[in-house]
Amino acid sequence: MRALRLGRWLQAGGLPVPPARAVLTAPGTSPAPVPPRPAWQHGEPRPTPQQKVTVEVLDHLEHLALVDFRDAEGVERLQKAIQFADQLRDVNTDGVEPMDSVLEDRCLYLRDDDVTEGNCTNELLKNAREKVEEYFVAPPGNIPLPKLEERETFLQSS
Amino acid sequence: MLRASLREVSAALKEGHVTPTELCQRCLSLIKSTKFLNAYITVAEETALKQAEESEKRYRRGQPLGVLDGIPIAVKDNFNTAGIETTCASNMLKGYISPYNATAVQKLLDQGAVLLGKTNLDEFAMGSGSTDGVFGPVRNPWSYSRQYKEKFVPKSHSQDEKSNWVITGGSSGGSAAAVSSFTCFAALGSDTGGSTRNPAAHCGVVGLKPTYGLISRHGLIPLVNSMDVPGILTRCVDDAAVVLGSLAGHDPKDSTTIQDDFKPFELPNVADVSKLSIGIPKEYHAPGLSSEILALWSKAADLFKNAGAKVIEVSLPHTCYSIVCYHVLCTAEVASNMARFDGLEYGHRSDMNKSTESMYAATRREGFNDVVRGRILSGNYFLLKQNYENYFIKAQKVRRLIANDFVKVFRSGVDILLTPTTLCDAVPYMEFIKEDNRTRSAQDDILTQAANMAGLPAINVPTALSERGLPIGLQFIGRSFQEKQLLTVAKWFEKQVKFPMIQLEEVKRHDHDAFQHQKSASFS
Repeated sequence: MRALRLGRWLQAGGLPVPPARAVLTAPGTSPAPVPPRPAWQHGEPRPTPQQKVTVEVLDHLEHLALVDFRDAEGVERLQKAIQFADQLRDVNTDGVEPMDSVLEDRCLYLRDDDVTEGNCTNELLKNAREKVEEYFVAPPGNIPLPKLEERETFLQSS
Repeated sequence: MLRASLREVSAALKEGHVTPTELCQRCLSLIKSTKFLNAYITVAEETALKQAEESEKRYRRGQPLGVLDGIPIAVKDNFNTAGIETTCASNMLKGYISPYNATAVQKLLDQGAVLLGKTNLDEFAMGSGSTDGVFGPVRNPWSYSRQYKEKFVPKSHSQDEKSNWVITGGSSGGSAAAVSSFTCFAALGSDTGGSTRNPAAHCGVVGLKPTYGLISRHGLIPLVNSMDVPGILTRCVDDAAVVLGSLAGHDPKDSTTIQDDFKPFELPNVADVSKLSIGIPKEYHAPGLSSEILALWSKAADLFKNAGAKVIEVSLPHTCYSIVCYHVLCTAEVASNMARFDGLEYGHRSDMNKSTESMYAATRREGFNDVVRGRILSGNYFLLKQNYENYFIKAQKVRRLIANDFVKVFRSGVDILLTPTTLCDAVPYMEFIKEDNRTRSAQDDILTQAANMAGLPAINVPTALSERGLPIGLQFIGRSFQEKQLLTVAKWFEKQVKFPMIQLEEVKRHDHDAFQHQKSASFS
């Protein structure tokens, strides 16, 4: 099953790919409707109108996510992500309802509230590292994460 | 034999030209000799051979379960597989042995498929290169093909072929590499922003993203619940239709699967495309699209025109915002989905024991890589009370605009959209890692992402080789739940372009040794 390389395939079809000049001078007769030039350009990275994300917010995020920024790169990553997301402001969404799911017009299946399976305690416990009888063992709860000043986190130094 | 299509090898099994155990052993052996590709995380040798033996018994009795009986397949490592480690290429789930099979996996096993192993990916399917997992990057088999080697021109004397291997694309890179290097006949991937179609394009295989709601997501470790779908990777469109037939349909365990009856279909060998209307969305000439791919896209449009189809330019005006919208929605859903990993019930658990919260924090710090942590933090930022309206709700509104763009175009009479899949052919790994994950994803997902936003079916069909000898694919996007029409057009196109087979030394050796004495007249 020999197949043609790109170059030969282009010629073999009999129709030459129109040179750019022809498309520009005779737009109506262009043989293929594929646009010869990019239809849009990336927006210029805009300076964020709001202040840089404050240390309080960063700390708050670390608490909510229970994940740390680790270093300046992590914080920079968030700044860039916000800057990127700010492009959404350019879109006019007046009168548009938010979309949760593409299946919003359908009634999704819900099964009856009957217990039909279960009793797999042993299987589920297999994957837990610390357990006692049929319990997962957790360290003591209701102890909040130490405050920013007391924690060992990169944010302390910023 | 290994280079045959799924249907061809299935016929060979039925006629007794080869047995399931032979086939399985040959695939396992090829996996070993192509280990440098790093396509597989786990190879389930014992269970695969057992499954092959069971299949063999059924064939001897003359009672195979179906076309998939005895066929070696691979599954991306974010699908739960009972008894086989499921890691998502993350430290968080290293050593995690799932107690159940994902529905998609179960359906394949019920049809008698032989599960060879779990394939490599970007950590938690976040990425577009399959380079960010803890088990290392996946190498594109085409890096070692004669076609690429012939064209390779080192830019400096320190560069050699061995260090210039190219990426597979992502995040289902392992699955794409496995299918492309003939170690299996079909593989499961997942597609959230293009994660099946992108590596399919770079590895020269067919990558199908079905309509959202067609295939069950139960057991697929979720990234973005409203956009994830299991993806299918095969070497030809007919094979994709076969696998789709086994997987599609309502699953009571996944409430987001539709309840309509799904009828598996066979694709016609001859299709009449003259009655079709093919749309060319102009915004898909995105900045950065290579001139090669542009020319290919143009030629493909001509192909349809010459066959009598109506080929028209259409507009999807919000395309340029789909990546930004995806960025917000994805990170928000990720922040929620990753919250389940706290070390208590499964997965990695830190030794920190002072308090529950500090244990969770430490576990997550140790278990997740930078990419995952970055997305969780961004997602949490967009979900903060003060930001919810301006970012999350706004993105949901933009999502509706994007989905409506497609509705308008399809309502105007267009049947199928034809677009490029990627901006360029596969880049060398050393170049790819110069940019960070988010930048790369934003660049590489541009052409594939919108189909996920709108939940539409889309397929990558390998089209031709680039100047560098690497695969380029084109994408077809169809109407919701119209996979039959989409695949019919894709099959017709595939027949026209006759994409070349990859020429890999390892596979040639395997095939030759094994089949010197066999007649190979029934398949080429």
